[in-house]
This record gives sequence, C-alpha cells and structure tokens, in this order.
Amino acid sequence: MSTHLLDQGAAAIASAVSEGRTTAAQIFAEAEARRVATHAGPDSLNAILWPATSAPDAPVSHGPLAGVPVALKDNIATRVLPTSCGSKILAGWVSPYESTVMRKLREAGAVLVGKTNMDEFAMGSSTEHSAYGASRNPLDRSRAPGGSSGGSGATVAAGIAPIALGSETGGSVRQPASFCGIVGVKPTYGRVSRFGLVAFASSLDCVAPFGRTVDDAALALEVISGHDPLDATSVDVPVPSMRVGPGSLEGVVIGVPREYFPASLDPAVRAHCDRALEALKAQGATIREVSLPHTDYAIPVYYIIAPAECSANLARFDGVRYGMRIEGQGVRELYEATRVTGFGAEVTRRILLGTYALSAGYYDAYYRKAMDVRRLIAQDFDDVFASGVHALFTPTAPTPAFSLGAISDPYEMYMSDIFTVTANLAGIPGMSLPIGRVNGLPVGGQLLAPHFAEPTMFRVAYALEEALGQEAHR
Amino acid sequence: MAVSPKDVRHVAGLARLGIPESAVAGYVEQLNGILGHVDVLQRVDTSAVKGVVDAAEQGMPLREDVVNPVALHIPRERWAPKMVEGFFLVPRLATHEDAGEES
Amino acid sequence: MSGTTWEMVVGLEVHVQLKTRTKAFCACSTTFGDPPNQNTCPVCLALPGALPVLNARAVELAVRAAMALGCTVHPRSVFARKNYFYPDLPKGYQISQADLPIATGGHVVLPDGGAVGITRLHMEEDAGKSIHDRFVGMTAIDLNRSGVPLIEIVGEPEIRSAAQAGAYLRALREILLFAGVSDCSMEEGSLRVDANVSARPLGESEFRNRTEIKNLNSFSNVERALELEFARHVATYEAGGTIHQQTMLFDALKGEVRAARSKEGSHDYRYFPEPDLPPLLLAADWLETQKSAVPELPAARRARFRADFGLGDKEVDALTTEVETADYFDAVSRASGDGKAAANWVLGEVLASLNAAGGRIEQFPITAKRLAALIALVKDGGVSSTAAKTLFHTMRADHGEPKAIAERDGLLQVGDDSALIGWIDEVWAELPDEAARFAAGEKKLVGVLVGAVMKKSKGRADPKKVNQLLAARAT
Repeated sequence: MSTHLLDQGAAAIASAVSEGRTTAAQIFAEAEARRVATHAGPDSLNAILWPATSAPDAPVSHGPLAGVPVALKDNIATRVLPTSCGSKILAGWVSPYESTVMRKLREAGAVLVGKTNMDEFAMGSSTEHSAYGASRNPLDRSRAPGGSSGGSGATVAAGIAPIALGSETGGSVRQPASFCGIVGVKPTYGRVSRFGLVAFASSLDCVAPFGRTVDDAALALEVISGHDPLDATSVDVPVPSMRVGPGSLEGVVIGVPREYFPASLDPAVRAHCDRALEALKAQGATIREVSLPHTDYAIPVYYIIAPAECSANLARFDGVRYGMRIEGQGVRELYEATRVTGFGAEVTRRILLGTYALSAGYYDAYYRKAMDVRRLIAQDFDDVFASGVHALFTPTAPTPAFSLGAISDPYEMYMSDIFTVTANLAGIPGMSLPIGRVNGLPVGGQLLAPHFAEPTMFRVAYALEEALGQEAHR
Repeated sequence: MAVSPKDVRHVAGLARLGIPESAVAGYVEQLNGILGHVDVLQRVDTSAVKGVVDAAEQGMPLREDVVNPVALHIPRERWAPKMVEGFFLVPRLATHEDAGEES
Repeated sequence: MSGTTWEMVVGLEVHVQLKTRTKAFCACSTTFGDPPNQNTCPVCLALPGALPVLNARAVELAVRAAMALGCTVHPRSVFARKNYFYPDLPKGYQISQADLPIATGGHVVLPDGGAVGITRLHMEEDAGKSIHDRFVGMTAIDLNRSGVPLIEIVGEPEIRSAAQAGAYLRALREILLFAGVSDCSMEEGSLRVDANVSARPLGESEFRNRTEIKNLNSFSNVERALELEFARHVATYEAGGTIHQQTMLFDALKGEVRAARSKEGSHDYRYFPEPDLPPLLLAADWLETQKSAVPELPAARRARFRADFGLGDKEVDALTTEVETADYFDAVSRASGDGKAAANWVLGEVLASLNAAGGRIEQFPITAKRLAALIALVKDGGVSSTAAKTLFHTMRADHGEPKAIAERDGLLQVGDDSALIGWIDEVWAELPDEAARFAAGEKKLVGVLVGAVMKKSKGRADPKKVNQLLAARAT
C-alpha cells in the first residue's frame, strides 16, 4: 500500500494525472476501496459520513490538484453531497450553492470523495458530539481522532485522501492533526474565504486544511487561499507560495512560550517537544524562551465569545425555510420543538451559555470583558513577534488522543484546546505537525506565526519535518 | 453571578429552545460550572485596551450595486419544509406584534 | 389634577428604504411587487454558510441623507446584530447599527421656522413580509424585502403637538425626496413611522413614561393616533392612574389605538458587533466628495426660484411640491433661457395637463427639451400664443419637433403683407358698416376687425402686423 500513488502525496498524484500516467477515476477507485475497507463493521472509522460513491463524471486532467481525492468537513457547502454539520437539524440538507473553497478545489482539479464527520456544528474536540456517532482514530480505534474536524483528520490519516478540509474555531484542525499524526494548518483569519462554511463563531472560524505531509497541507492552503468578494472578512492580500520546501533555518528565531509548557504537561509530550526543538536548533534556528502572559485567560475568553456568536449564528435553524421542522400549535412552539429536537446537548449548552452572556445585565461582565481580554491576548503575540521572534513552537495538545468516552465534563473537554485557541483569538496562523509518538499515539508540535506569515511558518515546518524524518512517527 | 433555574428558563425562551423542565437543573449546574471558570476574567486589568481602536484596522470592503445574486441550484420548493404558491408557511400569526416576539 | 394643562411630548422614528438596485448585503434585486421569494438568494434566505457584503450605494445614500439632514457623519461606524425570532427575519437577527451609528445629530427645519433635532441616523436591513390573510390558519412569508437597505432616523423628543409631528414628517420626507435617497412611499412601505408619545403637565421638566405607536400608515394617521394616545395618557393621569411603557397599535379603520399583545420591556435584543462585517471606515476625502453630491435641498431651491425668476410664494410652492416638478421646471428654464415663460408653461398647461390626464411628470411626453423649443418658437414670433396652446396639445401625442408640427398643421404665424391685406380686404367687404365707422375714426372697433381677421386666418395672422395695417386704413 505504501507504494501506491495515493500515498505519495497530492503533488505526485496531480503530476501523474496531468501527464496521463494514471486517471482521476483510477485514483478515486483506490480511495473509495480504502474508504469501504475502513468503514465496515463495529470498528468503522465513521470518518466519512456522506461518500461520493462514484468516480467523477468529467475526467480531470489538469490543475495543481488534478485527480487528487479530497474530503470536506460536513460544514462546508458542496452541491453534490449533504452538508449536515453533524446535526440532525440539517439531516439530508444538500446546499443549493457551493462554498468558495469547494469551487477553488474543483477548479484546481481535486475530486471530492466525501463529507466528513464532525462534532455537531463544530462544537467539540472529539467528534463524540456528532449526531451521526463518533469517528474513530485510525491509529487506535478505541480512541478519539480529536475534533471537531475529526472525520477529516481520520480520513487523511487512514490514507483515503492526502488532503482534507476541516474548519477551526479553537483548534478543531490542529488538535485532530496532532491526535492522528498528520499535518493541520489554521491559516491567518481572512486568508481563506469563509463563504459556504457554516458559521459557528464568525470572528474565529477558518477553513483549514489537513495533509499527510507538510507539502500536501501547503499545496492545499495555496489552492484555497485568496480574497473573496463574497466574504467581507476575507483580506485582499496576495497569496504567497506556501511550498517553500525544506532548507536551513539560519537566522530564524523560534520562541518557546513558557506558558505552553506548564508543570502539568504530559512528560512524554514535553520530551518530544524538547527533541523537536533540538532538531530545529540543529537546522540553524535560534531558540528563545518568551512569555505570553495572558495565555491562561484564553479558554475563558473563548467560552464566552464562541458561544455568544454561535447563539446568533444558529438562530437561523428555525424550521421555517429549510432543515428539520417539528410542527407545533403556533410559531413559537414550532421554533422550540424544532430546535430542542434538532440540536444535541453540547450545541444546546453553548446556545444557552452564549445567550446568557449577551443578555441584558450580563453583556458588560461577560461579552465586553471577554472581547477586551481577547485584545490583550492578541497584544501578547504582537509584542513577542515585534521583539524579533519569527515563529513560536509549542505542543499542540496537552495529551495524545484520549479514549472515546473518557471525558464527560464539558470544561475538561474544553481544556483540550488550551494551546490552540489562542491563535484563533489572535487571528494568527498556526499548524500542527507530528513530532513523535507515545505508546503508539501521535504527538503534535505546534508552530505559530505572525499574521499572513504562513511562508515563514511553512519554512520552519518543512525543516522540522525533514530533520525529524521517521522519528516524527516513533 | 450564579445562574438560576429562572435564568436558564429565560435564556432558553430567548433562544427558542424548548428544553424540558427536567433538564433545567442540569443546565444550571453546567452553566455555573463553565462560568465559574470564566469569572477569572474579572480580575484582568483591561483598562489599557478599553475602547481603543486598532490603528491598522481593516475597513469593510463594499460591493457594487449590481444585481447578480448567488444562484440557487436547487429550487426553493425542493428544500423548504412548507412552501405554497412561492410562500414559506408557518402557523398563523394574528399580526406582526403577536409573534410572541418578547425576545 | 383637573385644570392642569397637559403637554404632548413626541419623538418619531422613521424608517426609510434607500433607493438602490440591490439589497443591503446581497446582490438580489429590490424590485417591488415581484412574485413571492423570487428575489432571494443564499444570503437573504440565511442559508447555512452564506455571508453578508455591504452595498456601496447604500452607504452613499445613507451618507447623503445624513448630510442633507445636517448630521455629523462618523468616519468609523460598526454594524451590530439585533437578535430576535420572527418568521420573516431569516437569520434570527437583523443587521443594524447600535453603539456606533453612521451619523448622529442634525435637525429638520419646519415651515414655521422651528426645528426638530435628530438623535441619530443608522443603517440597517429590512425584514421580509408576513401575510396573515391569504391562507387559512397559516401566515405566509415573502422574503423579497428581506435585506432591503434602510436608514432609521431617530428624532429627538422635541415635538409638542400632533400638527408639529405632521409638519416634521412632511419636511423630512421632502428633504429625503429632494436628496434622491428614497422614494418615501408609505404605500409601498419605503417610509414607515413609529411614534413615541408621552404627556406631562406643562412646566414639568421630566419626561413621563412613553408608549410607542406602530402600524401608522399615513402622516394624517400619525396625527390622529397621537391625538388619541395623548388623550388616553391625560385621561389616565387625571383619573389617578399610571401609564406603562408599552407598544400600541393604531387601527385606522376603527380609529383607535390599542395595546399590542407583546410586552415592551421584555425585549432583550442582545446586540453585539456583527463579526461578519469589519467596521465601516469612511475616508475624509471621500466624505468631502459626497458633500458635493448632495442635490439642492427644498429650502435652497425655493429661495433660488424666488430670487432668480421673481416668482411668488404660491408659484414657488407649486413648482416644488415634488422634486420631479422642480427638476422639470429647472430643465425647461435652463434650455429655454426664459425662467418666467418656463414657470408660466409649467404652472399652466403642463400641470393642468398632468392633472387632467394623470401620470408622472418624468414620463410626460412633452419633455423639458421639447417645451423649451416651443417657448423659443413663441419668442421668435414663429407661432402666436394662441397657436402655441394648440401646438402644445398636439405635442402630447405627436413626438415631432414643435416647428415641424406647426408647419404641417398650418400654425406658423403669417406676417406676409400681401396675405394679411387679402384677409383685411375680405373683412372690409364682409363688415362694411364697421369698416366705414373705423375708417371714420371710431378706433374702438379695431378689436372687432382684428378678431375677424384672426378668425379668417385661423389664428395664424400676426396680430401686431394686422393692427399696423388696419391703422393705416384709418384716417
């Protein structure tokens, strides 16, 4: 299997298809065979909810992703498969329009293989909050693939597609990338259009790619980036080359924020981080300890802002125009029955929390305060980057993949995002890449960079991936 | 600022979530648990950022006033739960003010 | 408390639809009267994943309205979500502006010289339309209006009578019409009014509890509703009762104001900044260019008509009741170079013709350019003023040049001596008695003779020349 073209990366597939050495249909058939093999029996990965069971009608033979199988998280609008957001309230919903990222992938020659499982409306860190059952981690099927983009992460880790898109609000791509031993990239807020990404928390949400390798992820990000007139928060800046390739890190200063290495950090995770830092140093990077003093407030800030925004964003699911509808005596009953039936427990909890934080008498204490502290968190990053640090290195998650069902307390689950949520709050790019394994379970290292400095971040990532080699998966 | 059962019922009403009375106590506990962690924010000194506008703030891009809507490739009738003669239908509301619009 | 003189306190909130081709946040048409839900897209239907993008023209028109009302336009304003559930509000929130509106301050000058202050002017989107009487037991939702751009103009509570409220609304409407920002049609819903009213004993400085009256569908109904509601407040106070802050509905058919079922005060809109839209930043130089784009406003226009054309108040008022009339008049006067004649024609034949036949002056077949050509023809002596009126009526159906029509219809004035003498000779023969007496010096008979010549010439004879020729025959 390791010699199959599907395992050689997106770029290799695209050139083979472009040069006529294989066809998109042949590649698709292999991807589909792998999906079928991994989605059977009680241990099914349950990563792809809505598979595209047949090969593309129109043969694809050109473009940077010619014939490359891709999977999309179930909250990104596509015209050919459902977009149910892992929710009952959108069961069977097929979007009558297409997201900008899907259009860009299509135009680049990519072939959609399926829509992937997720925590309902991207609220969760394990995919256990999906209305369609949890996904399983391909490396240990008793464990969670992470979340909320766990289905996309598992799809890539299982080798079904070299590239998948997820979405990030607080770490929902980096954390599953870490759990699944692959690469996940959260771009700068505004780098990639959100048009067609079903909103959870609009000021934090990003479409974010997974790749088997740094190069796959870089290629995917290059394709989906760029200004979109349909998204007012998309920023009109040129898209630089992300595929900078491995090279020396001479002159690169990498900051290590001490707040991301608390005493409570899993010692095995810490050890892998130390090894990665040594590898970076060996490539010529300068390692410098830095401080991001407001880090501890990130989770509390996030759990005000994200629920507040989600309480408004999910108001449109009311049973009037589309989606689930439970009839009632009057409109109010229709609303209440539809929404309480259609939304799961975690979504309901967050809508209640967000509504509370915005309601009369609490707005200043919660929402306004959280927005102000968010500014301080962003300021921390600005200060560190202004001091001559080019990128930061941290662990992606405090632990490797946890067992399905292991975490029942909501706040404990929220803490899984403790190292990733800051990048969403500050709007800066971040990525996770494999740096080793603990008892066979992957550990991810996180890189963070200034706004729109993805090329710098990728430069470090390519170098680290090259330096660690097979060690990254040991 | 502890959340009470009354608060949960109030916000559930605002959010049009018909949660059963039996679930209220559970949500009270969960919301208080989460907000208990959030209360640390009150200790943060935010005086330096209050009302400050970022000098590098990006303004809003605007759209030309040209008719060119994003197309609907599946007609409304195919996905609307209840559509008759082109209208979306809901149970009768007597007037605009009678929506139970007390949110 | 009887014997107390009560004072009415009124503040008006006016919603005005901006005259754009497309909606505020999506590229759907704003056309009125299309089949239900035809003008809807993923954005205004609030489909999952759709995002708003603000219409540049809506911003221009909002800024223009603010400038016309003397508001301070803010270089930075912020959109906010106003959250509430209603079936014709697809997103479950309305995009509006809260803490940081696009403009504040300003005022409307009333005809009596007084002024009413404006608190704020902000941009927002309209909701859809709920139709309650079309289907049995169901309300029908049409989202064609959903997302149409509005401005809300919140007036200071400085109005003290129903008549003053009416005057404010008429003056405001006129300014917005002349500024070209809206059609301001209450019938089509492009102008809507909510009235906040309270009563207090004259001399009391504090405001008492107010009620908000909705469902006001004409300016005269605003005045009626205010009188009724004010009377209710006064009667309540005089009976020792209290007024609670609440929403009232005006029922024009029954002529009554009654409480709406929903309770005011329980609203909790949970406003917060709209994360899908960055702040609206307006550059100083752009604002400067917008200032010059504000069309001439009613007061300035009236003053100019008075000063430049020596017109009286009645004439000026008639020419400025509608901006289109004023525009038409300006165009005729510019093209003909004769403001006085332009005024006579517009106030006379043009308005009479429109009144009789109906229709809008913008669609009047005698365009300003053609009317100016007619005026020029009269001035050059090409047609008599009598013939000009005939010509005018022909021109309503005939789109030819006035001169060509006059030629074809034989309306061109005849100044040629031999033709005139021929007609005079005939009259001399037909009216020998009058002719003789005239020749003998009875000068008052000139009228009879000229009239006869004009009749014979079918109005084409140049009366001046006829007079001269007749004078030569008198001793």
